[in-house]
Amino acid sequence: MCQKGNNWHERRERYGIEMAKSTFVGGVHPYEGKELSKDKPIKDVLPKGDLVYPLSQHIGAPAVPIVAKGDRVLRGQKIAEAGGFVSAPIYASVSGTVKAIEPRRVVTGDLIMSIVIENDGQYEEVVYPAAKPLEEMTREEIIECVKEAGVVGMGGAGFPTHVKLSVKNPEKIDYVIANCAECEPYLTSDYRRMMEEPEKLIEGLKVSLALFPNAKGILAVEDNKEDCIALLKEKTIDEKRIVVTRLKTKYPQGAERQLIYATTKRKINSTMLPADVGCVVNNVDSIVAIYNAVYHRKPLMERIVTITGDAIRNPQNMRVHIGTNYHELIEAAGGFKEEPVKIISGGPMMGFGVFELDLPTTKTASALLCLTKDEVSEMEPSACINCGRCLEVCPGRVMPSKLATLAEKHKEEEFIANDGMECCECGCCSYVCPAKRHLTQSIKSMRKTVLSKRKK
Amino acid sequence: MSELKKVSSNPHVRAKITTSHIMLAVVIALLPTGIYGIFNFGFKAAVLILVTVASTVLTELVYEIAMKKKVTIGDFSAVVTGLLLALNLPVSAPWWIGVIGGIFAILVVKMLFGGLGQNFMNPALAARCFLLISFTGIMTNFECDAYTGATPLAVLKSGETVNVFDMVLGRCNGTIGETSMAAILVGAIFLLLLGVIDLRVPGTYIVSFVIFLGLFSGNGFDMHYISAHLAGGGLMLGAFFMATDYVTRPITVKGQYLYGILLGFLTFVFRVYGPSAEGVSYAIIIGNLLVPLIEKVTRPRAFGKKRGAKK
Repeated sequence: MCQKGNNWHERRERYGIEMAKSTFVGGVHPYEGKELSKDKPIKDVLPKGDLVYPLSQHIGAPAVPIVAKGDRVLRGQKIAEAGGFVSAPIYASVSGTVKAIEPRRVVTGDLIMSIVIENDGQYEEVVYPAAKPLEEMTREEIIECVKEAGVVGMGGAGFPTHVKLSVKNPEKIDYVIANCAECEPYLTSDYRRMMEEPEKLIEGLKVSLALFPNAKGILAVEDNKEDCIALLKEKTIDEKRIVVTRLKTKYPQGAERQLIYATTKRKINSTMLPADVGCVVNNVDSIVAIYNAVYHRKPLMERIVTITGDAIRNPQNMRVHIGTNYHELIEAAGGFKEEPVKIISGGPMMGFGVFELDLPTTKTASALLCLTKDEVSEMEPSACINCGRCLEVCPGRVMPSKLATLAEKHKEEEFIANDGMECCECGCCSYVCPAKRHLTQSIKSMRKTVLSKRKK
Repeated sequence: MSELKKVSSNPHVRAKITTSHIMLAVVIALLPTGIYGIFNFGFKAAVLILVTVASTVLTELVYEIAMKKKVTIGDFSAVVTGLLLALNLPVSAPWWIGVIGGIFAILVVKMLFGGLGQNFMNPALAARCFLLISFTGIMTNFECDAYTGATPLAVLKSGETVNVFDMVLGRCNGTIGETSMAAILVGAIFLLLLGVIDLRVPGTYIVSFVIFLGLFSGNGFDMHYISAHLAGGGLMLGAFFMATDYVTRPITVKGQYLYGILLGFLTFVFRVYGPSAEGVSYAIIIGNLLVPLIEKVTRPRAFGKKRGAKK
């Protein structure tokens, strides 16, 4: 079946070829900050207060609640079902009572309709259906399993995973890429997951490979995690269809388009999907969620979150019940040792700055970063000196300085004509700008305007 | 809700380098050239440099105060302009030439077009050309205490031979900052190592100039002739410090190569066929004018976009 995959794998083994580091053009090297939490084993954190489940924790239609106020729910019970094909169901991560269904604030600052559950502290769990061995499952059954478990892209975007897996021509998929890059500074949740539970990752990847008969599995890891590369290599030594690819450590190595290019030299633009070039990309946590869904029929209820930053007393990685309030996470990390000035949900390059902590952990919340300094407000933007640094670092190969100027002047058509929609909002341009212009912000808001007009 | 934290769009971290750092690096890189100029031409050169720099900085300060704008002299860009202008003046020029040049560079070329980043010509070079046209006699008078006679390039143009070794070191006549190729290169290497400039523009400029000179000047690839052209006049100062000016060179990579070739060609034409022995200043400001066009035709292709795809 995997004759091709075999040869490819063997060739690399036989000649001992350590291919040149895979990478892309552009990118930046911000301070990594991973040493703060890198060596802290994952700690289980049990929620104490109410749990909040926003109905939109993914891209696509919001989920539809199937419980009402006053209902008793068990851990692992579905509380909202998918609102369409591109959508995902939501499960209770604790047992308790539905307290309310009301709008609640989420990390983006929006008020989103949410289910609030009062935790009874019992953790009474539903009985999950018996899992079938993978070999006996059909393609449709596997995808249905993933869909029912509410698995979404947990790296940040929250694209429903079953949609990614339901490609038209499964035999045309050549690569299933596990995004183990974790290129965002400070984040160590994927790293800990890979170090502590590599089997789950590899088994999860094998589930995806079962869907695509001609695909090779790639575990793509940045070379700042050498121990992880070694471990995964050791664990996959007998896997004919899986290889470990060493990526150059550079931000945004883990951005989908850059990752596909780095590992396969194939290119996609904003109008294409990875499947168009025969690739499927999934994040580490999502792959583990696939593993849980297929092997244990367990829905997505937990995720690993890195609580870090120089304001946190004990930076660490936690296994968090989705829905847990951020206040509790800070508390579990020993609280603040210094008053934070800026709190970011996610990494410093693409995360969301939040103005308060009364927010729930969602499926896509990879980190909570608390900094004692706000570099953005400390530096005032000045005039562009046309230095071209933003062009050099832009992984989308567009002209950020020009696009930002066009955006600031509301020149929508010119913005689109200059490939403004190809921007992936990675933030490299703003990071590197010596004039401290808010390039990403300007481009992002113009993109939002254009996208909302297109929707109409 | 106790206390609201600061929010902003991503990214939440920024690189440390600022515009002031870059400009300061250029100032430092120009120091060897300036100090050699003073050593070569005497105390009068120091006075001229100081007066010109003071003139550019004060012009910016006064303009911004008068127009109730934010004062931006802290970014050192006016210092760079003043230094470059002074290094392009002959030592015999009276002090008021520096003052007029400085005012013209900052007020007319930079501030009236919107300040830093908005000028379409290099202010120092535009001011030099303005002075050359308005005060031709003063600006082309290279008589001074240290040297008598014409600049090496003028000598070369008249068909005589020059001492190239002296020209590389800077033991020759010319403007304050253009004589010593060695001093200029020290500063250029400093900027290259810091990553403030790269070799795209200066590299293509110098290489294409040499090729044009070799092919079409009638002297062939004569080592003496070509090296005299490289070491003489404002080529090195222009290539490394003025053609690389961020604001007035193309921002696109392909455009920078194209711009370098264009400058090489224009310098060759002006030096070989023009009435004057020198042509770098005019070549660069004409190149500056073509930058918008060059940027338009060399717009980079976005990642993953097919060649020629329109959308």
